[in-house]
Amino acid sequence: MDNRERILIVDDEKIVRESLYHWFEEENYIVDTAEDGETALKKYAKEKFDLLLVDMKMPGMSGLDLLSKIKAIDKDALIILITAFASVPTAITALKTGAYDYVTKPVDPDELAHLVKKALEQRALKIENTKLKENIDEIIKPDNLIGESYQMKKIYELVHSVARTDTTVMIRGESGTGKELVAKAIHINSSRKYSPIITVNCGALAESLLESELFGHEKGSFTGAQFKRKGKFEMANGGTIFLDEIGSISLRMQIEMLRVIETKQFNRVGGNELIKSDFRVITATNEPLEELVKAGKFREDLYYRLNVFTVVIPPLRERRDDIPLLVSFFINKFSTVMNKKIKSVSKEAMDFLMNYDWPGNVRELENAIERAMVVGKSDSIIVDDLPFHVSKTNFELDGNEKSLSSMEKKFIQKILHENNWNISKTAQILEIDRVTLYNKINKYELRKEEF
Amino acid sequence: MDIFIAPIKFHNNLLLQNLVTELSKRFYCKIHVVNLNVNLDDFFSIERKQYFSTQIIAEAIKLTDEFNGKIIMLTDVDIFVPALTFVFGEAQLNGKHSILSVCRLHEEFYSGISNENLLLERTIKEILHELGHNYGLRHCADWDCVMHASNGIEEVDIKGNTFCRKCISNVETYKY
Repeated sequence: MDNRERILIVDDEKIVRESLYHWFEEENYIVDTAEDGETALKKYAKEKFDLLLVDMKMPGMSGLDLLSKIKAIDKDALIILITAFASVPTAITALKTGAYDYVTKPVDPDELAHLVKKALEQRALKIENTKLKENIDEIIKPDNLIGESYQMKKIYELVHSVARTDTTVMIRGESGTGKELVAKAIHINSSRKYSPIITVNCGALAESLLESELFGHEKGSFTGAQFKRKGKFEMANGGTIFLDEIGSISLRMQIEMLRVIETKQFNRVGGNELIKSDFRVITATNEPLEELVKAGKFREDLYYRLNVFTVVIPPLRERRDDIPLLVSFFINKFSTVMNKKIKSVSKEAMDFLMNYDWPGNVRELENAIERAMVVGKSDSIIVDDLPFHVSKTNFELDGNEKSLSSMEKKFIQKILHENNWNISKTAQILEIDRVTLYNKINKYELRKEEF
Repeated sequence: MDIFIAPIKFHNNLLLQNLVTELSKRFYCKIHVVNLNVNLDDFFSIERKQYFSTQIIAEAIKLTDEFNGKIIMLTDVDIFVPALTFVFGEAQLNGKHSILSVCRLHEEFYSGISNENLLLERTIKEILHELGHNYGLRHCADWDCVMHASNGIEEVDIKGNTFCRKCISNVETYKY
């Protein structure tokens, strides 16, 4: 296969085309010519050229028009414009339209040779870089998503299948299950991976701030807006916008958001300029959006616009098999950060971790391990190192506690702890009166400091 | 197939003599000096004050049917092709004709100081280069090869004065 670089010369003057043709031919390039923009477009559609030399001034389609059309087909196309008269506005227009550079006719052969060589070298480097990145990407799993359970493998499959498309994704799952990690996994496996993923926590911002955060604002558009600022939708241009806690936005913002997601156009707060941005939308929520729609708190049209493809992340208690793997991952993570020698978890501590319900999911497990690593003295995490509420209040039945009284003691202990030793509330939950509860506390010698 | 040198508006007889001697050492074939009746003024650009080399070659083609070999026109005048500010020379790739201008090979052009030895060395390099194109050679990446591109005088001086091992096989009758 001939791997010489291909150059297309587009000029309406035959003698210019021919002279450049011969000159480049001698330079060892494969050269073709076109007498006008239309012919050039046809030739470009048929075969790939590494570089185009385009005359600015041609009858019919101008060089700049051709440049725009080719850039629309291939944004990486390498184009050098040729102009008869050098002028700053011409140069600015050429470069703004996406030309690599421009030269003035007649051009010094040395300058042209260097320019073409430099342009093609840069292009080759870019292609090589992309190939290298693709090779690296092949060995990146959906990143920090940890788990080998059946449920997690299904998630990986979903991530891979949806990532390559530009479909809007809604990620659902309890708090702490790793919705943001799944969003990042979708982004890094998509064609948008070289542009940023911009995260917006919709629940964390007041409505007025959220509007400015999402759409940006012009200088002086509100008190405190001292400078123009780009919004998250603008910053996500070319990449992905991840809207976390989407269920918490107001109805007014829902209308705005629907419009922006559909048109990909918006104005900055206090501005008239129409901003265009090309982004993919991924949302996440732990709220029952369907119920919010029924209650009229979430717009149905926005719901359907966002809920095109859903990824549901199971809570940790439904994938307990992943707990040892997660524990090991967090131990490695924190032992490096804290410079600790802890490498494992005792059997008893692991039993606790495996049996706990983890209402806070992976985030809670991570915090539990971090806390244990801070207080741990040996090279292994033991039960006592685990956070108090995990280790002592985990109500469970084990083989040694078969008597009714021991179970009663443990259950009262748990409810007392959960209600911070509020006697009235605990009695109410246990459906006994306060005196009976005091009697039980005395009987089982329960003390707040025990915990 | 012989090599024919056709001086046109070329007045440096000593250089011509030296060139014939030097080329004779390098080629097995005969080196002839011939007179071609080409009126360069027909190809003069008033705007550029240079001569259009492609048209000169086209004219020479009409006049050299009977020549069995490569014909290289040698001139003192500055030559050009449209789109470029100048060329040292121009040749038909895989063809019979070429033209070389010594105008920009003179050291006076750059420093104001004459250097005849340097002029001879540069001229030999560029004649070999244009002949190489006639023999089908394109520019070579090897800096030691005379077929390396030379878009400025510095590159003419830097590159080698003979063909590299890869290119030499294409040049018939070349001795070394």
